[in-house]
Amino acid sequence: MNIQTVNTVEALLFGAGRPLRLSEIRGLLESDGVIAELSDIKKCINELEHRYEASSLEIIEVASGFRLQIKQSYSAPITHLWNERTPRISKALMETISIIAYKQPVTRGDIEDIRGVSVSTQSIRSLLERNWIKVTGFKDAPGRPALYSTTKEFLDDLNLKNISSLPELPEIDKDSDTQVLSEVV
Amino acid sequence: MQNTTQTQLEFPMVMGQPYETLPEDLFIPPNALELCLETFSGPMDLLLYLIKKENINILELDVSNITDQYIKYIDLMDALQFELAAEYLVMAATLAEIKSRMMLPREIHDDEEEDPKSALIKRLQEYQRYKLASEKLALLPRVDRDFYTASAALPEIKIEKKEIFITKEELASIFYEIKSRPDLKLSHQIDFEELSTQERIQIIMEILAKRNVVSFSKTLRKAEGRHGVVVTFLASLELAKDGHVELIQNKTDEIFLKSLRGA
Repeated sequence: MNIQTVNTVEALLFGAGRPLRLSEIRGLLESDGVIAELSDIKKCINELEHRYEASSLEIIEVASGFRLQIKQSYSAPITHLWNERTPRISKALMETISIIAYKQPVTRGDIEDIRGVSVSTQSIRSLLERNWIKVTGFKDAPGRPALYSTTKEFLDDLNLKNISSLPELPEIDKDSDTQVLSEVV
Repeated sequence: MQNTTQTQLEFPMVMGQPYETLPEDLFIPPNALELCLETFSGPMDLLLYLIKKENINILELDVSNITDQYIKYIDLMDALQFELAAEYLVMAATLAEIKSRMMLPREIHDDEEEDPKSALIKRLQEYQRYKLASEKLALLPRVDRDFYTASAALPEIKIEKKEIFITKEELASIFYEIKSRPDLKLSHQIDFEELSTQERIQIIMEILAKRNVVSFSKTLRKAEGRHGVVVTFLASLELAKDGHVELIQNKTDEIFLKSLRGA
């Protein structure tokens, strides 16, 4: 690929500040008078990845496309730069988002059954506001409860490409746990 | 003596051993529980913690004692958080039920009715899967916490739109109220009275002090014009009313003011 196109792709990724799809980049190049195949754009990204190897930058493919970001090893000073830390996510909220992520789509009742506590409207709302979850339907049950699923943004925020790249859900350890638990209870 | 024997007989048998004393290390002080409830995401979490970390044998744990601790803590809790306390109580009740079943001689279980013990184990196991998964998720690199995007994008300007919920009837009544408010901003200007009747009375009295009679036209000042005539006339009437002067009119148009003081 010529250097001009590679640089334009770089400029687009830098200027976007969000993940861009290959098709999106193609459209933007086209409006700039550059006709490129998706495979060409992928080559440009590979070229950039190569260029960034010795730098603090990297291109990561997440659920919504390719994103230019700062390597995690260089993130600590930035944390000091932006004094305000991102709000901590509580243990309870992490459990709720995990159940939604692994079992989606789920209702609030499904989450409550597993967690053994009622799930507050507040926690659901905070996940909705974060754009980590969305309502994808309503369960055909009395009251027609909303069904929640995770969003692409949730995967983006965790540097993940798709839902299957989540850590595997631990299986019930039949040997040790059951034994321990039945012994105990 | 008999009392002691009876008490001993009532000791539950746990794993073939009589359960005589409450293990001191298993007592959970209320403060510790307070700490627990804040740290744990729910009764399942707390129970898992107790089972795993402390290696507590639930049967040996005095469930009635732990329930007392729960109730004490609930008393301290805000009404707002009461829902949380209820969930912890449900768990305590479940434990108490399991414990009481264990103490009773084994019955032949009706297969259709699920054993609460195995139901609880299943729930704990299921919960544990997601708990472990959530711990893994929490460790995944997260944007703006562990890594940052490189961006020259325009900053997102957040304009907060506050929605106002109001009915048209409310709006109308508010408008009516505003319209019917007294206008307290109107300015009231006080002008200095250029020609005062009181002052004119003084002037006439001064003239009459020197001479007994004066013609009305003599008390006028031309510069004061019509307004002056009115004021002087009012002053004359005032003096006549109070009996200070007598107003006399001859065949001419002229009016004379005659002092009555000297008379």
